[in-house]
Amino acid sequence: MRPAFFKRPYRKLVPLALAAGLLSTGCGQQYVLLHPVGPVGQQELHLMELAAIAMGIVILVVFTLYFYAIIRFRDKPGNTAPYRPDWHGSKWLEILWWVLPAVLLTVIAIPTVKTTYALDHVPKGKDPIVIDVTSLTWKWLFEYPGQHVAAVNQLVIPTGKPVLFELTADSPMNTFWIPALGGMEYTMPNRVLPLWLQANKPGTYIGLSGQYSGTGFAKMFFHVKAVSPAAFNAWVAKTRKTASPMTMAVYDQLLKHNTTGQALYSSYPKDTFPTVANGFTLTGSGMYMVMRDKNDITYMPMQNP
Amino acid sequence: MPSFVTYLIHTLFPPTVRYPDILLIDAGLIVGAIGLVGFLTKTHRWGWLWREWLTTVDHKKIAVMYLISAIVMLFRGGIDAEMLRAQLAMPSVHFMPAIQYDEVFTTHGTIMIFFMAMPFIFALFNAVIPLMIGARDVAFPRVNAMSFWLFAFGAILFNISFIIGGSPDAGWTAYPPYTGLAFNPGPGENYYFLALIIAGMGTTMTGINFLVTTIRMRAPGMTLMKMPMFVWATMVTSALILFAFPPLTVALAMSLFDRLFGSSFFTLTRGGMPMMYVNLFWLFGHPEVYILVIPLFGVFSEVVATFSRKALFGYPLMVVSILAIMFLSYGTWVHHFFTMGAGPGVNAFFGLSTMLIAIPTGVKIFNWIFTMWGGRIKMTVAMLYQMAFIPTFVIGGASGVMLAVVPADYQLHNTYFLIAHFHNVIIGGTLFGLLSGMYYWWPKMFGMKLNERQGKVAFWLFFIGFWITFTPQYLLGLKGMTRRLYTYPAGLGWHELNVISTVGAWIMGAGFVVLVYNVVWSLLYGERDVTGDPWDGRTLEWSLPSPVPEYNFARIPVVHERDEWWAMKQKGQTMAHALRPEDVHDIELPKNTPVPFLLGASFFVVGFGMTFKWWPIAIVGMLGVIACLLYSGFDYDDHHHLEADVVRQTEASLGRLQG
Amino acid sequence: MSVPLAEKTGQHQLPIEFADEKESIKITGFWMFLVTDVLIFASLFSTYAVMRTSVAMGPTPDQLFHMGPVMLETILLLTSSFTIGLGVYFMRKGQVRALMGWMIVTILLGAGFVGTEIHDFVTFAQQGATWHTSAFLSAFDILVGTHGAHVTFGIFWAITLLFQLRKRGITPQTARKVYTYSLYWHFLDIVWIFIYTFVYLNGKIV
Repeated sequence: MRPAFFKRPYRKLVPLALAAGLLSTGCGQQYVLLHPVGPVGQQELHLMELAAIAMGIVILVVFTLYFYAIIRFRDKPGNTAPYRPDWHGSKWLEILWWVLPAVLLTVIAIPTVKTTYALDHVPKGKDPIVIDVTSLTWKWLFEYPGQHVAAVNQLVIPTGKPVLFELTADSPMNTFWIPALGGMEYTMPNRVLPLWLQANKPGTYIGLSGQYSGTGFAKMFFHVKAVSPAAFNAWVAKTRKTASPMTMAVYDQLLKHNTTGQALYSSYPKDTFPTVANGFTLTGSGMYMVMRDKNDITYMPMQNP
Repeated sequence: MPSFVTYLIHTLFPPTVRYPDILLIDAGLIVGAIGLVGFLTKTHRWGWLWREWLTTVDHKKIAVMYLISAIVMLFRGGIDAEMLRAQLAMPSVHFMPAIQYDEVFTTHGTIMIFFMAMPFIFALFNAVIPLMIGARDVAFPRVNAMSFWLFAFGAILFNISFIIGGSPDAGWTAYPPYTGLAFNPGPGENYYFLALIIAGMGTTMTGINFLVTTIRMRAPGMTLMKMPMFVWATMVTSALILFAFPPLTVALAMSLFDRLFGSSFFTLTRGGMPMMYVNLFWLFGHPEVYILVIPLFGVFSEVVATFSRKALFGYPLMVVSILAIMFLSYGTWVHHFFTMGAGPGVNAFFGLSTMLIAIPTGVKIFNWIFTMWGGRIKMTVAMLYQMAFIPTFVIGGASGVMLAVVPADYQLHNTYFLIAHFHNVIIGGTLFGLLSGMYYWWPKMFGMKLNERQGKVAFWLFFIGFWITFTPQYLLGLKGMTRRLYTYPAGLGWHELNVISTVGAWIMGAGFVVLVYNVVWSLLYGERDVTGDPWDGRTLEWSLPSPVPEYNFARIPVVHERDEWWAMKQKGQTMAHALRPEDVHDIELPKNTPVPFLLGASFFVVGFGMTFKWWPIAIVGMLGVIACLLYSGFDYDDHHHLEADVVRQTEASLGRLQG
Repeated sequence: MSVPLAEKTGQHQLPIEFADEKESIKITGFWMFLVTDVLIFASLFSTYAVMRTSVAMGPTPDQLFHMGPVMLETILLLTSSFTIGLGVYFMRKGQVRALMGWMIVTILLGAGFVGTEIHDFVTFAQQGATWHTSAFLSAFDILVGTHGAHVTFGIFWAITLLFQLRKRGITPQTARKVYTYSLYWHFLDIVWIFIYTFVYLNGKIV
C-alpha cells in the first residue's frame, strides 16, 4: 500500500511544499510578520501561532482519515476492505465531529477576544506620543501635534514608548501599516480611527498601504525610523530649526494626485487634520479624550457617569 | 461634424484602450466576428440560432448557454490572471503600465466571481435540478430565459469596457470614494456598476425561480428529507441570493447616482459616508461567498456518493449544517473589515461568528470522508476533483480561521495571505466543484462522455499548478506584501516567491488549454452515452435518456426513497420505468419567446447609454424595456401542447415504451 | 363577463387566483419577489438611519419636513390600500365591474399620492435642498423616491390590468394578476407607514 501512496505526484508535493515553507520561514528577517519588534506585533503573532497549531491539528486529523479512506477503499480488483453501501450514518461519529472543532475553536476564541480588547487601547499608565496620520493621494502626511512638526513619507518615533496614531484621509481609503510593529488600520475620509503601536528596538522599518487607492498606490511606501527618546527629542529640535514651515499652499500642493519623496516641516497649519471630535478611548487607566485647541493637545480625564 | 467625430473617438477610444495588446485583441475580435457571421450565413444557421437558442425557454438549452458563457469568461478571467502574474514575476517590471494593471485585476476579480462562477453554477442548476426533482421545467421558464439574457448582456456590457471607453479600475469591491468622479472620471466604473446591476437583476430572478422550483415543483413523494443534496444546496443558495443581492443593488445604485446624478452618498465632501458602502457591499459579499460554494457542496455530495457507490453519510446533519451555514453567513460580514475601527466588541462578535461557521463546514468535510469510508471509490475525473477539493478546502478553511482571529487579521488583512486564502477556497471549493459537476453531468447534458484520459491530464495540471501558484502567496503575505501592487521594489525578499507563483499560474493555464481540447475532442469523437446512466448514478436524472428529451419525463415519477434511482436499480425495478402507451398524455410545454432576449438587449442599450451619459440612447433602451414588459403582460399565449403520440414515438425510438 | 366562482374553482375550496396550480405557483414566486423588495427597502432604511445626521451645510430633517402634505399622502395611500382590498373582494365574488371600479379608485388615489409627493420634492428643490446638498438629503431622496417610483409603476401596472380585465374578464390568470398586484400595493402601503414613522415623524420629533 505504501508504494502506491507515493506514486501519485501530488502526494509528494504536499510534504515538499511544507518543507520548503518551513525552511524558508526559518531563515531571514524578511518574514517580517514572524519577527515583530513591538508588543502589538508580538501579541498578534502569538495568536497567529496558536491558530496555526489548532488548525494544524484539524488538518492532521482530516488528512489522516482522508488518505486512509482514499487508499483503502479504492475500487480495484481484490480489494478486501469491507464494502458497506448502505452505511449512511453513525450518531457517535457525527457527535464527535461537531464537538472536536468546537473545542479547538474555543481554544482559539478565548484569547482572540481577550487580545482584541487588550490591543484596542494603550496599556495602563503609559502616556503615548500622538501622531496624526493623513493619507493623501499617494503619499503619507505625518503631523506631530505635541511636537508641532510634520513629515511626508517618513516617520520618526521614539523606542520603548507607545505611539498613538490618529488616522484619517484626505483621499480615497488606504490602510496604514508598519508590518514590523503590528497590524494595520484604515484611513478614511471624514473619520478618525485610532491605532497604537510601539517599537522596542531602534531601527528602520518599512511602512506601506494595504488598501488600493489608484495608480500611485504601489508607491506609497514610507520609512519608519525608531530611535532612542533622546535622539527623538534631538530630531524634533533639529527639524524645528532647520526645516521650512508647511503652509496651506504647501498642503494644497500635497493634495495633488502624484507621488512625492520624503520631506520635513517645522510647523503645519492647524486645519489640515479634522477638528471634529471623534472621541475615542485612549488608555485603560481612566477615560481620556483628545482635546485640541489652536496650538496644543492635552488629555482631559473624563469622569465616569 | 469633424468635432463630433473627434469627440466620439476621444470618448470611445481614449488612450487606455489603445495599447498594442488591446489593438491586437480588437483585430482578433473583428476577424472572429466576421468569421462567425460568415459561417452562420454560409450554413444558413441564423434561423436555427434564433429558433433553437436565442428564443428558447428550455432549461436544458439555457444550461448549455450558461455553460458556454462561463467557459468563455473563465478564459477571459484566466488571461487576466496570467497578465497579473507576468507583471509580478519580477520586481519593478513594467510589462503593463499601472493603470492597465489596475484595470486587469479589477476585471479578473469581477469576471471570475460574477461572470464565471455564477453562470457556471446556474448552468448546473438548469441542467439538472428539474431532472432531479422529477419536473418538466423550472417554475417560471420565461423568467429563466430573462435571467440568462440579463446576465449575458450584463456580461457583454462589462466585457466591452476594455475595448470601448476603458475598464473599471477600482477592484472588484469598488470602494468609494475612489470610485467617485473626483478620482475616477472615465466611464470604467459606470460600466462596472451598470453591468453588475443588470446581471444582478438576472441573478435575483434566478434565485426566485429556483427557490420556487425546489419548493413547489418536486415530484410526488419527494419530501424535503428525500431531496438529493444538490437540490438542498440549490434551495439554500437561492434563498441566499434572495437576501444578498438587494443590498448589493442598492450599494451599486447609490455609487452610480453619485457619479451620474451628483448625489452625495459616498462622496469625500458634503457628509458622504464611504463606510456605508462597505457595509452594504459585504452584507451582500459574505453571503455571496457561500452562494459560490454551497452549490458545489451539493455537487460534491452527489459525486462522492455516486463514485463511492455508497449512500451519502450523515444526510440529516448535512442538511442541518447547510442550513446553519446559510443563517450564520449573514452574521459574519464585518470580518472583511475588522480594521475599519468598529471597536473591539463588534470585532470580537464577528470574529467568533466567523469561527462558528467553520464548525458546520468541518462537519461536511468529515461526512464526505466517511461517505468514501466503506465504499468502492472509482477514480473518474469528477471524483478526482472532489478528492482534490477536500484537502484544498480544508487548508483554505484553516487559513480562514486564522484570518477570523481578529488581532491576527490586523496583520494579515489585504496581504497576499488573504489572496492565497480566498483563492484556496474559491478555486478549491468553487472551481474544482464546477469542473467536477461539469464532468459528472456532461453525459446528461450532451449525450457523450468527456474523455477521461485528457480530463485527468487537465486535472493534474490544474491541481499541481494551483498549489505552486498559491502556496508561495501565503508566504508572501507573511513577508508583508499587500494586494493590488502593480509593482514592488527589490530588496524586500518578494522576488523568488513571486516567480514560483507565476510558474504555477502558467501550469494552470496549460490545464485550461487541455480542458478546452478535451471538450472539443469529446464533442467530435467522445464516447456516446446510450444507457442514460453512465456512472451508475443514484438520482432521478440518470433514469432519463441522454440527452434528455424536451419534455424530460414522459410520466412524472413517484418518489419513495432518497436515492430513488439507486433503490429502483437495487430492486430491479428499472423496467417499471418503461411506459405503457396509455400512461402517456398530452404534455404542456412553455412556448419559445423572443421577449427575454429583447429585454436583455434593451437593458444593454440602457446601460451603454448611461455609461457614456448619452441620454437619448438610454431612453431608447428604456422604451425597449417598457415595450418588452407590456408585450409579455398582454401575452397569454405562453404554452403549447405536445401531443401524446409524439411523446410515444420519441419514447419508443429510445426503447422506453412497452409493447 | 363575470363567471361564477364555483365553476372556475371546481371542487377546490380555494379562491379563484389559487385555483390553477400554475397560477398558484406564480403567487409563491411573487411573494419571493416581495422578499427582495423588502430587502431593498431595508437597505435604504439603514442607509437613511446612518446618514440622517450627516446634513453637511444643508437643512436638517426638522427644518425640511412639513407634515401637512405628508399627512395628505398618508391618508391617500392608506385609503387606496383599502380600496384595492375591496377590489379583490369583488373579484372573488366574480363581479368584474365592481373590481374595475375599485381599481380605478385605487389608481386615482395613487395618482393623488404621487402628485403630492412630486409637489413636495419640487418645493424642496426650489429651496435648494436637492440630493446634491448632503448625504442626509441623498438618503432621504432615494428612500422616498424609490417608494414613489414603486407607486408610479404600480399605477401603470394597474392600468394595463384594467385593459386585460375588460378583454378577458375574471379568469384564473387575470385573477392571479390582480391578486399579485394587490399584494404589491399593500406592501407599498406598509413601506409608507415605516417611512412616515421613521423618516417624517422621527425627523420632526428628534
